[in-house]
Amino acid sequence: MTRDPRAFMGIRRVADPERDPRERVGDYGEIFGVLPNEELRRQGARCMDCGVPFCNSACPLGNLIPDWNDLVRRDDWKAACEQLHATNNFPEFTGLICPAPCESACVLAIDDDPVMIKQIEYAIVHRGFEEGWIVPRPPERRTGYRVAVIGSGPAGLAAAAELNQVGHEVTVYERDEAPGGLMRFGVPDAKLEKWMIDRRVEILEGEGIKFEYGAEVGGNVDAGELAESNDAIVIAIGSRVERDFEAPGRELDGVHFAMDYLYQRNRWVARSQGHPAPEPPPGAEITAAGKRVVVIGGGDTGMDCISNANREGALSATLLDVYPELPSNGRYPDSPWPLAPKRSFTTYALDEGGERRFGHQVIGLEGDEGRVSALVGRRVTGSSSRTLEPVPESEFTIPAELVLIAIGFVHPAHDDVVAGLGLETDKRGNLAAKTFETSRPAVYAAGDARVGQSLIVTAIADGRRCARLVDRRLREAVPAAT
Amino acid sequence: MSEPALATPPLPTRAAGLYDPSYEHDGCGVACVARLDGEPRHDVIDLALTALDDLEHRGAAGADPTTGDGAGILIQLPHGFLRSRVGEFGISRSQLPDPGSVGVASCFLSSDPTLWESQQRLLEQAVIVAGQQPLGWREVPVDLAGCGKTARDVAPEFRQLLVGAGPEVIDQDEFERQLFVARRIAELEAGPALSIPSFSSRTIVYKGMLTAPQLSRFYADLRDPELQSALAVVHSRFSTNTFPSWELAQPLRLLAHNGEINTLAGNFNWMRAREAALHSNLFGQDLERCLPLIPDGSSDSAAFDRVLELLTLAGRPLAQSMMMMIPAAHEHRDDMPPELECFYRYSSSVIEPWDGPAAMVFSDGRVLGACLDRNGLRPGRWLVTDEGLVVLGSEAGVLPVDPAKVIRRGRLHPGRLFIVDLERKLLQADGETELEVARGKPYGRWCDEGEIRIGDLAERTAPRVHEPLRTRQLAFGYTQEDLRVLIAPAAEAGLEPTGSMGNDLALAALSECEPSLFSYFKQRFAQVTNPPIDSVRESIVMSLESRIGSEGNMLSEGPEHAIQLVLDHPVLTNEELERVARASHPALRATTLDATWPLESGPAGLEKALDRIAREASAAITGEANLIVISDRALSAERVPIPAMLALGAVHQHLVKEGTRLQTSLVIETGEAREIHHIAALIGYGAAAVNPYLMLDSLTDLHGRAELPGDFSQEEAVAGLLKAVRKGLLKVMSKMGIATISSYCGAQVFEAVGLDRDLVDRYFGGTPSAVGGVGLDELASEALERHARAYPESHRRSLPEHVEDSSLPAAHAGLLPQGGVYAWRRDGERHAWDPDTIAALQLAVRANGDGTRAAERYEEFRQRVDVENGALAILRGLLELRPAGDPIPIEEVESTKEILKRFTTGGMSLGALGPEAHETLAVAMNRIGGMSNSGEGGEDIRRYTPDPNGDQRRSRIKQVASGRFGVTMHYLSSADQIQIKISQGAKPGEGGQLPGHKVDPYIAQLRFATPGVGLISPPPHHDIYSIEDLKQLIYDLRSANPKATVSVKLAAEAGVGTVAAGVAKAGADHVVIAGHDGGTGASPLSSIQQAGVPWEIGLAETQQTLLRNDLRSRIIVQVDGGMRTGRDVLVGAMLGADEFGFSTAPLIATGCIMMRVCHLNTCPVGVATQDPELRARFAGRPEHVVEYLFLVAEDVREQMAQLGIARLEDAIGRVDLLGHKPLEEPDGHKRRLLDLSDLLVLPETVDPRAPRHRTRGPEPPDPHFDVRELLDEAAGAIAGGEPIRLERRITNVDRTAGARLSHEVVAQHGPGGLDDDTIQVKLTGSAGQSFGAFLAPGVTIALEGEANDYVGKSLSGGVLAVHPAPESPFVAADNVIIGNVALYGASSGRAFFRGLAGERFAVRNSGALTVVEGVGDHGCEYMTGGRAAILGPTGHNFAAGMSGGIAWVHDPDDHLAVRANTELVDLERVPEDERDELHALVTEHLARTGSEVAAHLLEDWEISLSQFVRVIPREYARALEHRDDVGGPKTSEFRTLAA
Repeated sequence: MTRDPRAFMGIRRVADPERDPRERVGDYGEIFGVLPNEELRRQGARCMDCGVPFCNSACPLGNLIPDWNDLVRRDDWKAACEQLHATNNFPEFTGLICPAPCESACVLAIDDDPVMIKQIEYAIVHRGFEEGWIVPRPPERRTGYRVAVIGSGPAGLAAAAELNQVGHEVTVYERDEAPGGLMRFGVPDAKLEKWMIDRRVEILEGEGIKFEYGAEVGGNVDAGELAESNDAIVIAIGSRVERDFEAPGRELDGVHFAMDYLYQRNRWVARSQGHPAPEPPPGAEITAAGKRVVVIGGGDTGMDCISNANREGALSATLLDVYPELPSNGRYPDSPWPLAPKRSFTTYALDEGGERRFGHQVIGLEGDEGRVSALVGRRVTGSSSRTLEPVPESEFTIPAELVLIAIGFVHPAHDDVVAGLGLETDKRGNLAAKTFETSRPAVYAAGDARVGQSLIVTAIADGRRCARLVDRRLREAVPAAT
Repeated sequence: MSEPALATPPLPTRAAGLYDPSYEHDGCGVACVARLDGEPRHDVIDLALTALDDLEHRGAAGADPTTGDGAGILIQLPHGFLRSRVGEFGISRSQLPDPGSVGVASCFLSSDPTLWESQQRLLEQAVIVAGQQPLGWREVPVDLAGCGKTARDVAPEFRQLLVGAGPEVIDQDEFERQLFVARRIAELEAGPALSIPSFSSRTIVYKGMLTAPQLSRFYADLRDPELQSALAVVHSRFSTNTFPSWELAQPLRLLAHNGEINTLAGNFNWMRAREAALHSNLFGQDLERCLPLIPDGSSDSAAFDRVLELLTLAGRPLAQSMMMMIPAAHEHRDDMPPELECFYRYSSSVIEPWDGPAAMVFSDGRVLGACLDRNGLRPGRWLVTDEGLVVLGSEAGVLPVDPAKVIRRGRLHPGRLFIVDLERKLLQADGETELEVARGKPYGRWCDEGEIRIGDLAERTAPRVHEPLRTRQLAFGYTQEDLRVLIAPAAEAGLEPTGSMGNDLALAALSECEPSLFSYFKQRFAQVTNPPIDSVRESIVMSLESRIGSEGNMLSEGPEHAIQLVLDHPVLTNEELERVARASHPALRATTLDATWPLESGPAGLEKALDRIAREASAAITGEANLIVISDRALSAERVPIPAMLALGAVHQHLVKEGTRLQTSLVIETGEAREIHHIAALIGYGAAAVNPYLMLDSLTDLHGRAELPGDFSQEEAVAGLLKAVRKGLLKVMSKMGIATISSYCGAQVFEAVGLDRDLVDRYFGGTPSAVGGVGLDELASEALERHARAYPESHRRSLPEHVEDSSLPAAHAGLLPQGGVYAWRRDGERHAWDPDTIAALQLAVRANGDGTRAAERYEEFRQRVDVENGALAILRGLLELRPAGDPIPIEEVESTKEILKRFTTGGMSLGALGPEAHETLAVAMNRIGGMSNSGEGGEDIRRYTPDPNGDQRRSRIKQVASGRFGVTMHYLSSADQIQIKISQGAKPGEGGQLPGHKVDPYIAQLRFATPGVGLISPPPHHDIYSIEDLKQLIYDLRSANPKATVSVKLAAEAGVGTVAAGVAKAGADHVVIAGHDGGTGASPLSSIQQAGVPWEIGLAETQQTLLRNDLRSRIIVQVDGGMRTGRDVLVGAMLGADEFGFSTAPLIATGCIMMRVCHLNTCPVGVATQDPELRARFAGRPEHVVEYLFLVAEDVREQMAQLGIARLEDAIGRVDLLGHKPLEEPDGHKRRLLDLSDLLVLPETVDPRAPRHRTRGPEPPDPHFDVRELLDEAAGAIAGGEPIRLERRITNVDRTAGARLSHEVVAQHGPGGLDDDTIQVKLTGSAGQSFGAFLAPGVTIALEGEANDYVGKSLSGGVLAVHPAPESPFVAADNVIIGNVALYGASSGRAFFRGLAGERFAVRNSGALTVVEGVGDHGCEYMTGGRAAILGPTGHNFAAGMSGGIAWVHDPDDHLAVRANTELVDLERVPEDERDELHALVTEHLARTGSEVAAHLLEDWEISLSQFVRVIPREYARALEHRDDVGGPKTSEFRTLAA
C-alpha cells in the first residue's frame, strides 16, 4: 500500500480526544481517549516519512516514530506495537503524560500542525493491550546475576525490565506502598489511571521481576547487605527534594510543596477506589476545598495542582507563571523549531477551571493568625531566570488560603540509600554517575537521581541505557556463582 | 583507448600516488584511402596524409604544443620501394625475395644506443628460431627536428629489418604466422625497450609521437614517390596524457581505433584464462612461444589488435574475426537475416564482445575495412569516386574531392561492416560481407543442437529451509529498510525505487553498522572519453543473455562451442537454481561449494574457508565439473556465511591463475545479495549467474506484513522484483558504456574504497583502491557480528550489539536493525547531515544580525561537522591540517571578500528547485561576489534585469547538460561561465529526470516542453562520445559566447584525473571534480549510494595528474560535494582545488531539512517543489545563504591565521600540510586502518616550486570561421538590420560556422534577433562539425556540399539549408548529406536537408521545424517539441523517448511501424488541421534546397499526404487537446519567455 506523499497537505490534524472539561472535572477518571481507527490511520498518513526524522532524534528514547506511524496507516497494528516496544518499555505512560518533544520537532510543525504522534503512540499500545499482544515474555535463560533496582519510577522500571529481559534476576525496592513513583503519586488519575501502572507491573512480575514495597533502602533495608547480596545495584530514586524560595511568610500555615498535596490527593483517590493507601496524619491534611488556591510555578506539577483543586471544589485556582505569555506559535524566539518549547502552550487543567497569570512573580505571603491569607507579587519581564526584570510599581496582592509551591526539584534525597552506600554527589546534588557508574563499584544510577528532574521519557531512556551498561559490566566480570 | 605505458624510459610503469597509467584514454581521428583497382600508387599515401592533416583538429597537443599525441600510417608493403632501397638493407637486388616471400619488421629500438646491437641480434635470432631468414637492417631516415621537443627527448632508434621466407614456408599466410611468432619471441624476450610497430609481408606502419602534419616531414620515406600502396590507413591521436610515448601511436599492426574498450579488464582476464586452452593446427607448438598474448598493462587498442591478429592468423578471415569481437546488436532485432543472427549467437559462445564506443579501421593489406560499435557511437563517413577512389574518415570532407566525381556518399552504420576487397576489387557496405561469413559454416544448426535452455532441464522445487526467515535475514545483515525501501517497492512496481538529495552516509569503511562487503565497492562509470548508454531509450542494443558451461579453444570452430546453457538473464529464481545445480544433463556437470565457515574457528576461519573453496573448485574441475555453484545456504547456528564477493573472488582468481577458469562457469547462490548493486558486483567479478534466494524468500514475509498489496500474488512479487533487477542491471552496465552482460561479466568496473590493498590484490586483482584499509580480519569479525545477531545463543551473548545507544530491543530481538541508510535513524548508519547538524546550521543563519550569537551557533555547527559527527563519516575527517608556519594575526589573512569569490553554488536546476529557492541562491551568490549555477533547465529572461534594490537574480554560471533544456544562443550569451555537466556526483553516468508533476507551465515554458510531461535527460551528451567531441563542444560554446569561460563538471572516480587532463588539453578553463555525495533532485537509490567515490580521492588524483602533465597551470580546479565548513575548504585547497562548490548546505540555510522528497514534489518547506501551496511555505531569504557563506569564509580565515597562511592561493596543492589525524582512542574501530597516504603525494617528477594552481589559461583556439570570413562584412547588417548576402567556401576544419555571428546578433538584439533572412550566407564545400550551431533569428546559412556531425546544434531561430552541389552525379535522396546528431537541442528555427542524415537526427529537438530525406537509427529521440518532416527512410528505434512535438514520416512502404519505438508515441494519419503546416514545410524545403523528393511529393499532394504517418507522443496529444478546451493555439509551439 503505497503511501500518498501528499497526504499531509490534504489531511488536517484533529483535536485530541478528550472528555468535556465540564464533565470530567466532576470525577477522577481519565480524560484522554483514543480516536477511531480510521481517523488514526488518516492521522498516521500525515506523517511524511522524513529523510531526516527530527521526531526520532528529539525523542529521548529514539522512538521509531515514522515507522509506526506508517504501520498504523497500513493498519498493521501488531507490527506497530512491536516497533513501539522496541524502543519504549512503557508506551502507555509516555503516550499519556509525555510532553512529546517529538511533536515539537515534527517537520510538519515548521509551518503546520505536527503529526498526532502521542495519540498514535497511545492508540497503538491501547490496541496492543486490547488484543492481548502485550503479554509477559520471560527470558529463555537466566544468567545467574542478581541486580537490585532501587526505586520504581519510570527509570527504575525500565532498567529492571531490560535487565530482566536479558536474564538477570532483578528485585525492585520501592519505598512507597505501590510502584510508579511520581507517575503514581504526582500525576493525577485524570491523566494516568493507576491501574495502568499495575497492569504493566503485573507483566513485569510475570516476566520474573520481584517487587518489594515499603522497602526503604538505607532505612528498613540495609544498604550494605543489599550491596553484598547483589551483583549490581541500580539507584533510580528520582529527584525528590523540592525547590523552595525565600520570602516573607513562607513559614505560614497553608503554604505547601505541591508534591505533598499531590501525594495526599492521589492516595485519597486510591482509597476511594478501594486500594489501601496511608492516610495523612490528623491535622496534616492539605485540602483545597472551599479555598482560594494559588499555585506558584507554571509547569506540569502546578497544573496538576490546579486539576486537583478544581475537583476538590476550590473557590478559585490561580497559577502564577513567572515567564511571559507564549507567542501565538507556541514558541519563544530563542527556542525555534526543532527545539522543544520551554513551556506547554495549553494545558488540560485550565480548560477545567482556574486561571494562569504570566509574568507574575511572588515576593511575599501575608498571613492571618499564622495561616496564609494572601499572596503578594509583582509583574516581571524576561523569558529566562537570568533576564527577569521587575516591572516598576506592579505589585499586587491576591487573597489565598492555600498556596502550593510547584517550582521544581533540586536533587535526589541525600539520606537513606545515598548515605547508606556512601555515594558521592555532583555539584548540583545529583548522584555523581556520569557514565551511570557511581563512586561505588557495582552501584549505578539512572533517571532523575542522576541527571536531575526531567521528563518521564528521559527517565525511561536513562534506565534503558543504564541497563545496557550494567549488563556489559556483568558480562565482563567473572561468571556468576550459580 | 586506455593507454598504458609500454616503451620509453621516463614513463611511470607503476602507479605512484593515485595516477595509474591504465586510466589513460584516447580520442582520435581515423581515415583511410584505397583504390578499388588495387594498383599501388603514391598518391594514395599522399591523399591519406592530407586527410590526416584535415583531422588535426581532432588530435591534441599537451603542455608542449609542438609535440603531438601520435600520428601514423599503415600501407601495403611497398615492394617497388624495397627494391629501390635494397642497398640500404645491405643486400643486392637479386637477394631480395619475391613479393609474398619478403617481410619487413619496422622497429623502435631503445633510445639507448648501447642496446641497439643486442636488440637487433635478438630479433634476428627470433626470426631464425621461427625458421625465417633475416636479410639486413636499414636505418630509417627521420628528421628529428621535425618533431616536438618532448618527443625528441625520448625518441627511439628507427630501423627496419628485411626478412625472407624460410624454405619450409608454403604460403604467405604461413609466412605471416611465422613473422608473428618471431615478433612475439623477440617482444617477450626484450621487454618494453624494444617495440615493433609492424612485422609483416603485407603491410608496414610508420608512426610516432607526432602531430598529423609532422608525420610526413618526419619520415622521408613517406614523401618518396616510389613508396606506393593501393590502400592507406591513417590515425591521429588525442590522449588525455602528455607522457612521451612513441609506441602508443597508431595504426597498430592491423587496425586503427577511435574509441575505447570499456570491458578491457574482463576481456583481458578472459583472454588470459583462454590461453591455456588455445590450440591451432596452423601454429602447432609455436603458439606457446607467443604467450602471454597480451602483456600486462596493454592499451585496449593494442590488446584488441593482438587478439584480432591471432584470430586471423589462426585461419579466420579478418572480417569474421572483427564480427566476433564487435558483434552487431542482434538480440532484439527482428529484421536481421536468420543465418547472421545464428552466427552472432554462435560467436558469443566462443568469445565475449569487446564493448565500448569504437570506430575501427583495419587492414591486412588485402582487405581494407571499417566498422563501428554496436551502438554507432563514433562517426564514419565515406565516398566513392567515379575513378574508384574510396575515402573513409571520421569526418566528411577530409579530402577535397570534386563533387562531380563522387558517385556515392555513405556513412558507417552500427554493426555493419564496410569492406574494400582489393583482391576481388569490390566494395561491400550493405551487409554482403556479413552474409558471406554467416553462410560459411552451419552456425544455425550448431546452435540449435548445442544450446540448452532452462526449460530443457528437469523441474525441481526449491530446497527446504530450516532456519527461520528472520534469523537468516539477521545473519546476512538485512535491515528493515532493505525490505521496506528497496525490496517491497521494487517488487510492487517492477522498478528500482527513486530517491533524492545526496549520499551523506558514512563510508562503508567508516561505518559502525557492519555494512556488507558490497558497500565497499563503488560502480565506475563512463565520462567524456566514452559515453554511457541509454539503456532505456536505446534498449535495442542491450542484452542480458548469459551463457553457462565450459568454453573451448577459441581458435577452433565447430559445433562443440555451442553446447552451453543459455539464460535470458543472469538472475535465477530458487527453482531455477535447483534445476541448474542439480541438472542431470550430459552437458552440464555441476558441483556446489559450501561458502560458509565454522563458527568455532572464529575470525581466522574465514581465510581457511576461502582457501578451501578455491581448492575444492580446482578439484571439481579436475572432476570435469563445468558449473560451480558457490552457495551459502549452509548457514546455521554453527556456520557463518562467507561474504559472497570474497567467496567468488577466491575461486575466480584462483582458477584464472591456474588457467582453468574457462572450463567452468561460476554461479552464486547467496542470501547476502539483496540489491541490484550486489548482483551487479557479483557479475562484474565473474559470476555467470546469481540466485539471490533470501531476497526472493523475503517477499513472502512482506506479504504477511502488508508491505505489498493484498491482491498481489507471490509469483507477481517475484516477477516484479526480478524485472526491477534486470532493469537495474542494464542501467549499471550502461552507465559504464557496456551493452551486453557477457562482456560486463568479469569486467570489474568497480573500485574499492577503504579495503586493504593486499586483500584487493588477492581476491579482486586489478580493482583500483586509492585508500587502503579494512582487511580479512575485520570482514570476518563483522560477519561474526551479524551472525551473533541471528544466533546470540551461539555466541554466548546476552544483548545484541547492533544498537549504539539506548535501544535494547531485547524482548524484541527478532526485529531487524533499522538501517538508517535512506532515511536517518538514531540507531542507524551515521549521516553527515544529522538532525543536530541541520538544526545547528539553520539556527546559525537565523541569528537576525546578532553576530555574536551567529558565531556561537556556527561554532556548534562546526563542532558537529568537524568533530562530533560529520568528520566520522568521511575521509577528510581522518586528516589533520598542519601549520605552514607560525600563526599570524587574522588581519594579515586575505579578506573574506577574496575568499567568497572562490565560492559557487552547484548546478541545481529550476525545476528540481522551486523558483523562490533558485532565485534566493542566485541573489545571495551575486551579493557576495560568488557565482550561482543555473543547473539544467534554462533561465527566465526576466531574471537578467536587476531588481530595483540592485539585486541580481541571474545565474552567472549557465549549465549545459545532456538534455540541453533551455540552452539557446541567448542563454549562453548571458553567461559568465558555461558549464558542461558531464557527470553528477549523485548519479554519474546517468541522465537527469524531472517527473511530470514538477513540469508546471512555467518550467515547461523555460524548457520548451509540455506541462505535465516528465522530462528525461539522456545519460550521454549525444555530442560527446569521446574526448575530441568534448573539445569540439568547448569550441562550440566559446563560439557562442567568446567572453564566458568554459567549465567541465566531472564526478570523482578512479581515472578522473586523467579525464581532467584531457579536459585541460581540450581547452577548458575550468574543471569541477564532484564527490559522490553530491545531491540530486531525483535518482535511482542505488545510484545515489553506490556509484562514484569521495572527492578527496578524485581531487587528489586530478591534482597529481595535472601536475605530472604540466597542465595544472592552465585550468581552474573546483571541488564540489558535501562542503560544509572552513575545514572542508582548506582540505580541498590543500588537495588541489582553487574553487569550492556548495549545494546542500546553502539549501539547508534556506530551510531544506533533507526530506529527500524532491522527486515527489512534496517538499514541505517549499524548497524543491513546484507546488504553489508548498512554495508558499518557503521561508528562505538570501541573507541566510549570505550569512552562512560569510561564516564559512570567516572560519577559513581563522584557521588560515592559525596555520600561518596569508592567502588561500598559498594553500592550494599543499599536500604536505595534510597528514593522518592521530586517533585519540585506539578503539579498535576500523577507521584506524584507513590509509590515505596516496592522496598526499606530490609526484616525484614535479618541481616542488612549480605553481600548483592556475596561473595561465588554455591555449587560445584557432580563429573562428565567422571571425575570419563573415563578421567584418556583416557588421553593418548585424547593427542595422539591413539585409546582406555573402558567399564563401568552407572546409571541414571550419567548425561551428555561424555561431559567432549569431552571438553578435543576440548580443545586440536580444533573443528575438533579426528578421528572417536578414543575413544570408551561402557556403560551398564540406562544413566542419557543429555547422550552424546556435544560429540566431535572422541568420540564414545555405550550404552547397555536405556537413558533418552536430549540424544545427541548439538551433535558436536561424535557418539552415544543406544540399549537394548541382554537379553531383548521384541521387541526393540516396546519399548522406549531414552527419550524426543533427539539431540536438534545437529550440527554434528551421532546417532543411536534401539527402540522408545520420543517427539521432533531431535528438531533443524542442522547437525547430525541419525537413530531411531520411534518417539513421534513433531519429527524433527525446524530442520534446517542434516538427520534423522525414521524406525518406528511418532507421531503428525512431521516436524513442519522444515526449513532444510531431514527426511526419513519408512511409509509402509501411516500414515505420516496425522501426518506431512506440513506447510513448502513436502512429496515425496526418489530421486535417496539420496538412497546411506540412505542405508549407515541404514547399519551403523545395524552395531552399531544390529537392527532387519534395517536388515529387508536391506534384500529387493528396496521394503523398495519404502516405505520411504522423508520429505524435500520446502525452503531448493529450496536452494539445487540453489546450483546445481552453481555446489556446493548437499546433504552434508554446512560445516562451526565454525565447
